[in-house]
Amino acid sequence: MAKTHVTMTVNGAEVEGLVEPRTLLIHFIRENLQLTGAHIGCETTHCGACTVDIDGMSVKSCTMFAVQANGSAITTIEGIANADGTLSALQEGFRQMHGLQCGFCTPGMIVRAHRLLQENPSPTEEEIRFGIAGNLCRCTGYQNIVKAIQYASAKINGVEFREAAE
Amino acid sequence: MIPGAFNYHCPSTVADAVALLSSLGDEARPLAGGHSLIPMMKLRLATPEHLIDLHGIASLKGIRQEADRLVIGAMTTQHELLASPEVSAAFPILKETALLIADPQVRYRGTLGGNVVNGDPGNDMPALMMTLHASYRLEGPDGVRDVAASDFYQGAYFTALEPGELLTAITIPFTASGHGYAYEKLKRKVGDYATAAAAVMLTMANGKVESCSIGLTNLSDTPLLAEAAADAVIGTGLDDDTLKKASERAQEIMSPAADARGPVEYRKHVGGIMVMRALKRAAARAA
Repeated sequence: MAKTHVTMTVNGAEVEGLVEPRTLLIHFIRENLQLTGAHIGCETTHCGACTVDIDGMSVKSCTMFAVQANGSAITTIEGIANADGTLSALQEGFRQMHGLQCGFCTPGMIVRAHRLLQENPSPTEEEIRFGIAGNLCRCTGYQNIVKAIQYASAKINGVEFREAAE
Repeated sequence: MIPGAFNYHCPSTVADAVALLSSLGDEARPLAGGHSLIPMMKLRLATPEHLIDLHGIASLKGIRQEADRLVIGAMTTQHELLASPEVSAAFPILKETALLIADPQVRYRGTLGGNVVNGDPGNDMPALMMTLHASYRLEGPDGVRDVAASDFYQGAYFTALEPGELLTAITIPFTASGHGYAYEKLKRKVGDYATAAAAVMLTMANGKVESCSIGLTNLSDTPLLAEAAADAVIGTGLDDDTLKKASERAQEIMSPAADARGPVEYRKHVGGIMVMRALKRAAARAA
């Protein structure tokens, strides 16, 4: 099958490659670009571990062809830290609130939560849970992931984070 | 899981897409959001030789008002429906339904057109489109035609879409202001298809139901319009006996499959409950 030349901006850098039409975006990102932060979990559009941000949308990159991302701007977990290399508010939140155990779902969780907070900087707990409904975590029970996102929301808004009483 | 090989086409006009569909025949499939087709391709349940990606066709996007109707481009995503002030104002039930479809990531990619046109009885929008008296604009090599949603579905994955035709827009006539609405969906978890779901649109006058339309999702191999159930509530105040009667009339036309969502009896039982809940909630919202 003839390969197609694609170019895209990934984490601020121009990248290019030759892809078969059937190459899934997650495979292009992990194998061609060697960015292995986004994970391949279920491969069936359920788990969200492969979530990347494409032109302002959270997308499961196992359910999109690389050729469809031609010309787009993509952010993966590798592009989430602050420009000076320090942890972003979300990354800091996940560390402070113990928002991960095995860590497999974390890249997808953070990239998804990044877009959620862009669209709604002060989500309620219910909005957070609804907003990350496309990302599965089998370790945490989500409690600390929700807290991590609340922590990041507070930090972005310049207010003090207070954990809700349990 | 990697799909089988195919040729990729990305036309920029409807005419080009229709020409490709016509010339490539059965081996070509249009690609909208891809969240039904790509998983099926991974499993080799679909093995198209050609994919015609519709994302390059600007005219398939957008939501606009035309006289007494709202026209929604087939490639409008569920996320765009949720963000649309026009949709929120005229058809809050569309928003309520879209929020029950899949998850945020899928809603950024999944389209209204893809949801209504592929004929999957599990999809939520087809029954809603029938309830709203919507019609589908189909463009093919022989021109354009409009087909009522209620005439479109023939069986699971079988529709009135002819070879070479493309769904370009969904047209929904505006409804009376002050209408009541509800979409009740029972599902096992986020992202699941309905075990049973019911859409209700109604108007009330002096505490009585004046007009009513009821649609059913995933309770047969096509979406259903429960006309006898809707007739049963006209002129009533939706007392318990009437709700029960409507539920029974709706159950008479349900023929769900027995699957992991439950046996036939259970799915009909909860289907009736969805009808009653949707009627009650819609009535409470009616002005």
